[in-house]
Amino acid sequence: MKCRKCGAKAVINMRQHKLALCKEHYLDWILEQTQRFIKKYKMFTPQERILVAVSGGKDSLSLWDILWRLGYQADGLYIGLGIDEGIGYSAESQRLSEQFAAQRGLRLHIVDVDQQYGETIPEMADRTTRGRGKPCAVCGMAKRHIMNRVAREGGYDVLATGHNLDDEAAVLFGNTLNWIPGYLVRQSPVLEANRPGLVRKVKPLCRFYEREMAAYALLRGIKYIYEECPHSVGSKSLYYKEILNRLEEDRPGAKLSFYLRFLQAREEGLFAPQADPQVELLHTCPSCGQPTTAPGECAFCRLVKSAS
Amino acid sequence: MSVKLVLRNQEFEVRAGMTVRDTLKKLDLQPEAYLATRDGDLLTDDEILHEGETIKLVPVISGGAGNEKAGRS
Repeated sequence: MKCRKCGAKAVINMRQHKLALCKEHYLDWILEQTQRFIKKYKMFTPQERILVAVSGGKDSLSLWDILWRLGYQADGLYIGLGIDEGIGYSAESQRLSEQFAAQRGLRLHIVDVDQQYGETIPEMADRTTRGRGKPCAVCGMAKRHIMNRVAREGGYDVLATGHNLDDEAAVLFGNTLNWIPGYLVRQSPVLEANRPGLVRKVKPLCRFYEREMAAYALLRGIKYIYEECPHSVGSKSLYYKEILNRLEEDRPGAKLSFYLRFLQAREEGLFAPQADPQVELLHTCPSCGQPTTAPGECAFCRLVKSAS
Repeated sequence: MSVKLVLRNQEFEVRAGMTVRDTLKKLDLQPEAYLATRDGDLLTDDEILHEGETIKLVPVISGGAGNEKAGRS
């Protein structure tokens, strides 16, 4: 297969776009497309400061690399969750994130959950009914809290995450399958900071397939953690991705169309804004200053304080 | 007349002469969920695999963190 732009040997064929490209043109194409999505969805400008949430995985490190190559002011945030499970998962993720930042001379903030809050995420989860046996809910809450806090304290204009199209389509699939209107109305490439204490969140990779981001990382020589989080085994999101990839196999472009047509419907007002769960975020946590649904401390502050 | 495929710590052998896409399907692997590399070079789905080659398969799917993915570590 040949590159559509120059006729050289192609390294990737994107069936949904009917587009095959060589290494050089693929790496250029990813930059051009990311820039196009940043503008189209009004994510941020070159004058704004961006905090990129990095996990040591292919998507977040590729995102940081792309923003760096495009000339944006992008620092990184790594959250050490203390997940070991016999493979040193968090330690290796942190090492790869630090190596990435050092090679490019980029600034990386590191928050070690155990050092800062006295417990790892699995330990926090074990203490609560919310997370017993499966720490993903506690982990998600902690990460949202810490990402927002660091972005606010650091004076960043926007928080960028590495969600790709497969992530977004899987979340959309789950929320559609269960008809959760509150989550549907909030799913977007940009989550505006529509409450005091919240920082704007953006997903610049939301229109790239997951295999495209893996290809980008490989072609750029980015060293990322291949192992999946040990707690994600058997997760619903992996199951939904598998189902969507079966559709994609028979109908190239099915995932892209599912997501883009949803965004279009959302834009056209198909989902009622009052279903947005953030409408309920009317209170401010007296401890951390972040919005919360009920008067008093937010769930994360209560979780941390209950340990002491 | 075989090709060796390596996926993490697993090895598979298939007959030579098939494309990457057909080989993945033969192994019951989703073509969307893997990249194939030969000596570090990415291969497109239509690439024919030859006798005696070793092909490394790179899984591309990650997940499990629900709505908030980045920061997963």
